[in-house]
Amino acid sequence: MRMSVELDVFVGNTTIMDEEVYQFWLDGYTVNDAVKVRMEGGVLEECEASAEVLHSDTMDQYRTFQMCERLLHSPAKLANQLLFQIPPHRQAMLIERYYAFDGVFVREVLGKKLSKGTKKDLDDVSAKTGVTLKSCRRQFDNFKRVFKVVEELKGPLVENIRQHFLLSDQLARNYAAIVFFANNRFETGKKKLHYLTFQDFAFCAGQLISYWTVGAVDNMVEDMDVDLEKQFLQDLKELKILITDKDLLDQHKSLVCTALRGKTKVFNEMETNFKNLSRGLVNIAVKLTNTKDVRDFFIDLVEKFIEPCRSDKWTAGDMRLFLTHYTNSAHILDTFKHQVLWDRYMGVIKSCILKMYHD
Amino acid sequence: MPGKLKAKIVAGRHLPVMDRASDLTDAFVEVKFGNTTFKTDVFPKSLNPQWNSEWFKFEVDDEDLQDEPLQITVLDHDTYSANDAIGKVYIDIDPLLCSEAATRICGWFPIYDTIHGIRGEINVLVKVDLFNDLNSFRQSSCGVKFFCTTSIPRCYRAALVHGFVEELVVNEDPEYQWIDRIRTPRASNEARQRLISLMSGELQRKIGLKVLEMGGNAVVGYLQCFDLEGESGLVVRAIGTASPNTNTHSNTAPASNACNSPSKDSKETLPSSSPPPFSPSKPCSRQSSSSDTDLSLTPKMGKTSPPPHAPHPEFPFFTLTCFPPGFLVHVGGVVSARSVKLLDRIHNPDEPETRDAWWEEIRQEIKSHAKALGCHAVVGYSESTSICEEVCILSASGTAAMLNPRFMREGCLDDASPPSCGFCHIPYDEFNMPFPAQLTYCYRCRRQKVPDVLFTTIDLPAEAAVTGKGCLIQARLCRTKKKAQGEVNATAISNLLPFMEYELHTQLMNKLKLRSMNALFGLRIQISVGENMLLGLASATGVYLSALPAPGGIQVAGKTPSDLNYDQHIATMQKRINDTITKNKELYNIHPPESTEELVGSPIPDRQRSRLFRSTSESSDELLELDLSHGKKDAFVLERGSVTMSINMFVSSGFYSCNTEVMPGIYNWTSGLQMFTSVRVYRLSNANLTNQGLNKIFTELCENLLKSLYFKLRSMIPCCLCHVNFTVAVPEEELIQMGAVRLNCVCVCGCVFVCLFVSGSGENEDQLQFSMELCADSTPSNNQPTSKPSERCSPLPEGRSRSLRSTRSMPCGAPVAVVKMTPLSFLPGTRIVKYLGIINMFFIRETTSLREEGGVSGFLHCFIAEVFAMVRAHVAALGGNAVVSYSMKECVFMENPNKNQAQCLINVSGDAVIFVRESEQEATPPLMSSGQISSTGADGTT
Repeated sequence: MRMSVELDVFVGNTTIMDEEVYQFWLDGYTVNDAVKVRMEGGVLEECEASAEVLHSDTMDQYRTFQMCERLLHSPAKLANQLLFQIPPHRQAMLIERYYAFDGVFVREVLGKKLSKGTKKDLDDVSAKTGVTLKSCRRQFDNFKRVFKVVEELKGPLVENIRQHFLLSDQLARNYAAIVFFANNRFETGKKKLHYLTFQDFAFCAGQLISYWTVGAVDNMVEDMDVDLEKQFLQDLKELKILITDKDLLDQHKSLVCTALRGKTKVFNEMETNFKNLSRGLVNIAVKLTNTKDVRDFFIDLVEKFIEPCRSDKWTAGDMRLFLTHYTNSAHILDTFKHQVLWDRYMGVIKSCILKMYHD
Repeated sequence: MPGKLKAKIVAGRHLPVMDRASDLTDAFVEVKFGNTTFKTDVFPKSLNPQWNSEWFKFEVDDEDLQDEPLQITVLDHDTYSANDAIGKVYIDIDPLLCSEAATRICGWFPIYDTIHGIRGEINVLVKVDLFNDLNSFRQSSCGVKFFCTTSIPRCYRAALVHGFVEELVVNEDPEYQWIDRIRTPRASNEARQRLISLMSGELQRKIGLKVLEMGGNAVVGYLQCFDLEGESGLVVRAIGTASPNTNTHSNTAPASNACNSPSKDSKETLPSSSPPPFSPSKPCSRQSSSSDTDLSLTPKMGKTSPPPHAPHPEFPFFTLTCFPPGFLVHVGGVVSARSVKLLDRIHNPDEPETRDAWWEEIRQEIKSHAKALGCHAVVGYSESTSICEEVCILSASGTAAMLNPRFMREGCLDDASPPSCGFCHIPYDEFNMPFPAQLTYCYRCRRQKVPDVLFTTIDLPAEAAVTGKGCLIQARLCRTKKKAQGEVNATAISNLLPFMEYELHTQLMNKLKLRSMNALFGLRIQISVGENMLLGLASATGVYLSALPAPGGIQVAGKTPSDLNYDQHIATMQKRINDTITKNKELYNIHPPESTEELVGSPIPDRQRSRLFRSTSESSDELLELDLSHGKKDAFVLERGSVTMSINMFVSSGFYSCNTEVMPGIYNWTSGLQMFTSVRVYRLSNANLTNQGLNKIFTELCENLLKSLYFKLRSMIPCCLCHVNFTVAVPEEELIQMGAVRLNCVCVCGCVFVCLFVSGSGENEDQLQFSMELCADSTPSNNQPTSKPSERCSPLPEGRSRSLRSTRSMPCGAPVAVVKMTPLSFLPGTRIVKYLGIINMFFIRETTSLREEGGVSGFLHCFIAEVFAMVRAHVAALGGNAVVSYSMKECVFMENPNKNQAQCLINVSGDAVIFVRESEQEATPPLMSSGQISSTGADGTT
């Protein structure tokens, strides 16, 4: 005697959702896998339920989430749609989790063009990161969707993302970073950069957005927070004098050395390397007018500055001390006239390097 | 009484993309009532059009107002080809025709298409101006109020209960007309939806007329059913109870009992009584002791004149299941009648006499059964049908009862404080009992006789004394039958029916004893017919009534008591049974006081008794109360299979379930509430099914469904499933699939709602659990404690405006107001301040891309969610914040996987209401009935 369940549906007036199952769904588990994990998790003993019951419940939830997915693509709709009655705090949870992403995954696509081509390569990414393909696709589509929407909006990037997708401030900032990286196509995949986490990059993106973009000067233009200010990049060429003028370079070095003497264990290494380090930093600034060099910004920072320091065993404290005095000393240089420009440049460089320098 | 209907189309949102090229839509709207159609301008290139139309005015007779729905069609304008329909909204105007119900309909409605489901929303405003009634020969019955609630609605008081009203209308089913072969599925579905809407409007109007004739102004316990008889047509029936404040009408079968206030003047007085029927605070204080019957019609009490026809002379039937205290004098037991009929084509829709006659016959039978039990009335009455091809089983059941005659004549009596055990006392003559029963003196008053068990279809009366808690008890049964046609088939079914009823009854009795209980309430027996099987499902709530004697144990007796091994087996089984009984006593907390045995057997010799009983049952249908195996000392001979089945029942801690309104023995409810619908279809794939095998499967199905529910709702523990309503069906084979495999479907459609309650004994524990539930529930209840203090100490108007402001300042623009739904007639922890009208909706959904929509489950899941959404939208548009007495009457599902198609029909009904939380109410007394109610509703729930 056999029977099979042909149809099995449960619908509540207030939509019932289990957060655990939602996570399985987001993570791209199949129904069977989710059931397996749930069984191991011990819900069964708690409620004396059978595997069938668990399967039926999981199916119901998966269906609900699938129906909600369309709404989650434009989260504002979730609040005034009529199909599901979901309490506001639950709506917020659904949205926040739907737009959450895996650190390992985002590191793989950060700075890549959010195009069909990239999407096709997602199975490689999935294999590499262990994140299911389904989840990879969801995350990728989220990036793309956010990118598309904010592309056409005026006003501050983070605020636009927050309002349009009803995300928490932290998550909105992360998306801003992703959009910013995708737009400027920063190289993040080189082997030398592998040690950096998404949070390191997100921090740097925040700095760049705040100080180097058009939006840092004018807050009502399109793309204000995604494009670096052209004029600023042009002006950076003026900093060249710091390394081309021999006197200025020597003067700068002696000022920094005086300030640091006796305060750091790596003083000798610093003294020997000063000219190279300074050349490295200023050259990065000078070349930023080339799109190609903008893309290599992080690589250059690592190669020209972070790696030499690391091989000399600088501590983070040494780094901070050096950068502070390196920046400030330039103000005392008699013939150096670009103090404002210098601060705008070095402020960002300093915080980025400090973030990127892992002891 | 002609009237003017005005409609305004404000805006649309979330419309689907109709023009692929631009990803936009050029939408316009057609507004149709009767034969008049208006159109809005086209709002080009937008998915969120703002039409802001003028007022479209329809001048119509009130007869049409009652019958016709307002039909709103949203279309996409196309310059070169025909305009594409996006979807429709049907709005029932009826709630606007009662002066004290809703004043306008205003809000966002889902735009519904029978093929695509919900496609965006439309904002509509509807009003009605009624002129004075000049015509005395009216065909309309505007102003008669309808309630699905099977008790006196909580903010009214019945001055008088008139009695049964019934009506039925028939028509040809558009699905089976020749034209259906050439029109699109969409057109055919829409024709069907519209026809049913028209028919139920007409039905309601006709019942309203009957009520007016009787001098009532309302129908309570209104029960409307559709019989989709296939080729032979479509029947819409309704029954209800006519009453002064509420009317029920149902088409075909059941009766309505009306509790009417003075019939004649009720009509005039109702509208004129300036504080509308519900004056919230006053009744409260006046009746503080007796739960919450609000007085709506109090002013009339003085001039009550005897109603023209007091109790309905022909059928003293009441569809109510819950009564004011003192109304029920004695309860006799369940009476039921069934008959098997062969359907033929309805030749003349205007004279539905055949159907009328069928039901008439059945009601007569019920009446005679009641008489045999010494009762003059039937309460908790309902009617149902089960159709398979041309065979139709008509069933009716109710509870025979003696009513307080003063209610029929004079209306409500405030002073009536009946003894809590009165209704248990036998109404019949103990020397002339209609069936054998062991009588004892009542365990409470010790004066009157009571039976040893009591089965009823009503809710547990509020005054009843109960020991311990109640629980859901189900009896399930399958019987195979040969596939046959016509007359032969009908005969085979009629022959099987008595056996099924008997067996269901025995099962119920055993399970009741196993739980050490002695009474069943809310008994509902459903018999469904399929091509080669009959299904029986009986559900009831078992309780231990303190007035009745303790149930005897169950004794297992072997059929062949010779074998030693067998005896041993029996002994172990007996032990298991006894252990289970002891365990259940603990579980349900049943510890009746020890009492001395004082059996007062009836002096009539056995033989005579059984003869008497047989005479009653000579009619093909039988009295349920007949059971030879009654009696304390009687041995139950159980087959082994059935014993194990009934012992191994599933128990889950923290979960209680019942099918009545409230769980007997549990009194501390919280306001957490979750209504849900669950549907399952199983496919059996074995041609050689035996009765026993089927029974086992069927039992498993029901148990599994319950287990699933418990699991789903585990976050709400401790909680109680109330009003669990199981429905089974065996769809016709041809609808399922062809081929060698024989398929049967069982569709269990439970409509259940959950209620949280605190069950603990210690105070600390109570509080702990309470907070736990709040978290488990939802924000509304969480917010409440914090917002309350400020509201309380501030003077009223201020508090009000403040909360209003806070609602408006919500970030997401206009958040959708929460609408609660429940099959109960009340919402725990709240007070219903206004009834806005009846919700009675019929939807068809069809798909030709079943796989793409997630298979049958995906399709139905979506459809049910859509139905909920449409019900909520209608309630919100009426200004309400809840639906009570909600039920899904019909859920017919058909599929054809080979063609990738499926179709589903759903009929839902309920009462739209405005409620306020009990705590809020003190703060905002008299404003409730004014127009600002919607904002208060939002306060309470958002």
